[in-house]
Amino acid sequence: MLVSDWPILSLVTFLPLVGVAFILFIRGEPEVVAQNSRAVALWTALVTFLLSLLIWVNFDPSQPGFQLVEKSPWLAGLGINYYVGVDGISLWFVILSTLLTLVCIVDSWYSVEYRVKEYMIAFLLMDTLMVGVFVALDIVLFYVFFEGILIPMYLIIGVWGGPRRIYAAFKFFLYTLAGSVLFLVALIVMYLQTGTTEIPELMNARFDPSLQWWLWLAMFASFAIKVPMWPFHTWLPDAHVEAPTAGSVLLAGILLKLGGYGFVRFSLPMLPEASLAFAPLIFALSVVAVIYTSLVALAQTDMKKLIAYSSVAHMGIVTIGLFSPNALAITGGIAQMISHGFVSAALFMVVGVVYDRIHSRDIEAYGGLAERMPVYATIFMLMMLASVGLPGTSGFVGEILVIVGAFQVNAWVAALAATGMILGAAYMLYLYRRVIFGPLVKDALKSIRDMRPNEIIAFAPLVVLTLFMGIYPQFFLEPITSSVGPVLARLQPALELAMR
Amino acid sequence: MTSLVVGPAVPEAFLFITATLLLGIAAFLPERRAAEITTPVAVILLLVTAMLVVAVGGGRALAFGGHFVQDEFAAFLKVLTLVVAAGTVLVAPGYLADERMERFEYPLLALFSALGMMMMISANSLLALYMAIELHSLPLYVMAAIKRDSVRAAEAGLKYFVLGALASGLLLYGASLVYGFTGTLMFDELTQRYAGAEAAPLPLGALVGLIFLVAGFAFKLAAVPFHMWTPDVYEGAPTPVTAFVAAAPKLAAVGLTLRVLFEPFGAMVEEWRQVIVLVALGSMILGAFAAIGQSNIKRLMAYSTIGHVGYAFVGLAAGSVTGVQGVLVYMAIYAVMTLGTFACILMMRRQGRYVETLDDLAGLSRSDPLMALAMALLMFSLAGIPPLAGFFAKLYVFLAAVQAGLTWLAVVGVLTSVVAAYYYIRIVKLMYFDEPAEAFDRLRRPELQLVAAASAAFVALFVLWPTPLLTAAEAAARVLVGT
Repeated sequence: MLVSDWPILSLVTFLPLVGVAFILFIRGEPEVVAQNSRAVALWTALVTFLLSLLIWVNFDPSQPGFQLVEKSPWLAGLGINYYVGVDGISLWFVILSTLLTLVCIVDSWYSVEYRVKEYMIAFLLMDTLMVGVFVALDIVLFYVFFEGILIPMYLIIGVWGGPRRIYAAFKFFLYTLAGSVLFLVALIVMYLQTGTTEIPELMNARFDPSLQWWLWLAMFASFAIKVPMWPFHTWLPDAHVEAPTAGSVLLAGILLKLGGYGFVRFSLPMLPEASLAFAPLIFALSVVAVIYTSLVALAQTDMKKLIAYSSVAHMGIVTIGLFSPNALAITGGIAQMISHGFVSAALFMVVGVVYDRIHSRDIEAYGGLAERMPVYATIFMLMMLASVGLPGTSGFVGEILVIVGAFQVNAWVAALAATGMILGAAYMLYLYRRVIFGPLVKDALKSIRDMRPNEIIAFAPLVVLTLFMGIYPQFFLEPITSSVGPVLARLQPALELAMR
Repeated sequence: MTSLVVGPAVPEAFLFITATLLLGIAAFLPERRAAEITTPVAVILLLVTAMLVVAVGGGRALAFGGHFVQDEFAAFLKVLTLVVAAGTVLVAPGYLADERMERFEYPLLALFSALGMMMMISANSLLALYMAIELHSLPLYVMAAIKRDSVRAAEAGLKYFVLGALASGLLLYGASLVYGFTGTLMFDELTQRYAGAEAAPLPLGALVGLIFLVAGFAFKLAAVPFHMWTPDVYEGAPTPVTAFVAAAPKLAAVGLTLRVLFEPFGAMVEEWRQVIVLVALGSMILGAFAAIGQSNIKRLMAYSTIGHVGYAFVGLAAGSVTGVQGVLVYMAIYAVMTLGTFACILMMRRQGRYVETLDDLAGLSRSDPLMALAMALLMFSLAGIPPLAGFFAKLYVFLAAVQAGLTWLAVVGVLTSVVAAYYYIRIVKLMYFDEPAEAFDRLRRPELQLVAAASAAFVALFVLWPTPLLTAAEAAARVLVGT
């Protein structure tokens, strides 16, 4: 179905708010309210997801520029517009956002019984804000969505989280806010320098090299905390451990991508000289992240914390890719983000499945689950292997592209990043062995049930996509590659200058 | 040009005459009846006056021999001030009745204070400035001490009065210095002489006078270092009075400050900017850090006010059209947020007693989800988190500051706003994450719900249709700063 004359992006962005409005008006017995809220949220998220597929249908992957753009006046006096559009980079993140929201709602169908109405409202709000971040083509609009995400996520961690949820919620909120306010100042400076806040225009703007440094550092403060890069990652383990399963899914699946997306959307094309100048810093921090957090992950006794640290390591690969100025590495970095969106989301759900049954995230509490939970063990294995980067899964695509691309830039960085993959295999296989294999001796586990239908449904799209991306990566890479072109074109003059 | 016409001052004249009439009538009614009647009448009078301001319109006109000026800038601020004042008068009677201080004088005092605020916004000479300030603040002192048998309220009233008198002294001293060194009281003449194309340099003594004037304004606005009265008065005064003091008078005082700094002393931007930058810096930092340790919500709101005035001053320090626009937008949004927050605080009543510690809000989202939602929206907005209105207020003042080359001040501003965010989201935490305390009494006070809901809706929906406020503020700013 071609929808070229629909405001399809705005529809996808704001449709969840319609669901929110409906849920707000649900009244009656607590049970009925909960059930109806779930149903409304499910249908809203499903329709939003299907509509977001229409974006893909109408998207021309050979075009590098922004498509399906919409523009209308917003902050009139400053000439700032409501301006949205997608390119090959944001396309996948939009669909990933709507998909993961749907997955979250299905996955927490039975496991969340506390304040279901508010829970569903929070996730639908997240849906709107996440899609909004990726479709925004105006830097102020982007910022509004980017920081607005803090509100529902703060509530998700704080209301439905674990025992130390309050500490984690505050740390998450204040840490990420502290980073993003500097980005606000940077965007004001960029606006005053160029007179525009439109991203496509700013991608063609030239900033003075010394100004670029400051702007780059201000953006770095914001994005490095979001990614998160070592040593700004300390909020992440806390937030992940305390967040409810679905909260972790969105946190790992989408929120961490905002940092990488910010680098590739703002830092690289708008500040090419500074980006190249600071690339060694990024490489150094990323290599530390890959190796150090992998070692930390190896030592964890808490499953969620282990996966949280593995996320930091994987995002280290992403940032190495994004700052290696060639098409292979940047495409690889973006592909790794998408793959990580499937894989880490699924891994947090894997932990959530057993946590709902045993109420422990301690690795020691498990063992021998393969006996009673064969379906679970299979899905866990697939996702574990995808996380390790086994060929044939989505995890392989991004990592190999990044390492090959980075090798052309700096062989040492590539080599060190590759050791991270080995460590990754070590901690994931070790985790899997302790949880799934071995004799089933613990009493608490003797009567554990395998996955419920709703859990299998929630996992299904992630499993399929992980395999599909592993087998036919070109499907995902084609639009990315064409949209990476303009970014590289911006980096090229700076690169030639640096070569001389 | 100068004449005795009253034309541009029709709204003020209307408010003055009707308020006096109301006073006369109420004095002859039985006390309970009078108290019941005066509040709704006062609200209606304030709103009618606001409409009259709109009707009189924006074109620049003088009255009372040039001491009074009506222009687009004045119209913008007057409408806001009157609407906000009406809101704060509307929420008062329930509390006053509960606390046995339902007196018909209360809304009347508010009316006269509002009249003073209108005169402040329109003051066009040092004389009018001083008279207007006194007219607006004397009723406030009485209102703060209206609960005369309460030690706390009496202390608040007295503190407010003594320190207010000190500020008046500063103002008067400043005004006399300016007069002494320039020989005129009239703003228009000062503008002509010192801010025009072939302007003479301002005598040094007048500059010293200007600093005294700024100190007086800073006192009225609760800006550092003249903020000390604020926490005590906010905490000690009856809550409706605190709401009144926190919202409308700030708008009027900002209007006065802007007019004085940009019209007669518009050429001295470089001089007064230094003072304003310091005041802004101190207010932002103190407002952010001092509020962290507070456990009383009214005291917390006092420090919050101090911080917000600091942000508004960041826009003022820019000294440009964008800056003034930023200040106006900031104060408008601030006033609405304050009004809504105090309407919520007025609903905090448990077992027949008003409570005001933060812990009393624990678990509010379970016991009263709608009030918690309104309060949460207001708190996130006060913290400046998009997409709520408070963010756009900050965006505009920081934009103006960066434009004026004060990037460092904007950086300090955004960082202190992160610190301030801590205590705002702590209130959200109390309401949403903590175990419920006992529920508040079910008050049948539709007016409180109306004001709280309207304010919350404003901060939430501002993002959808920001243009009217922004363009009105820009037009007002252009009148003052020129192009």
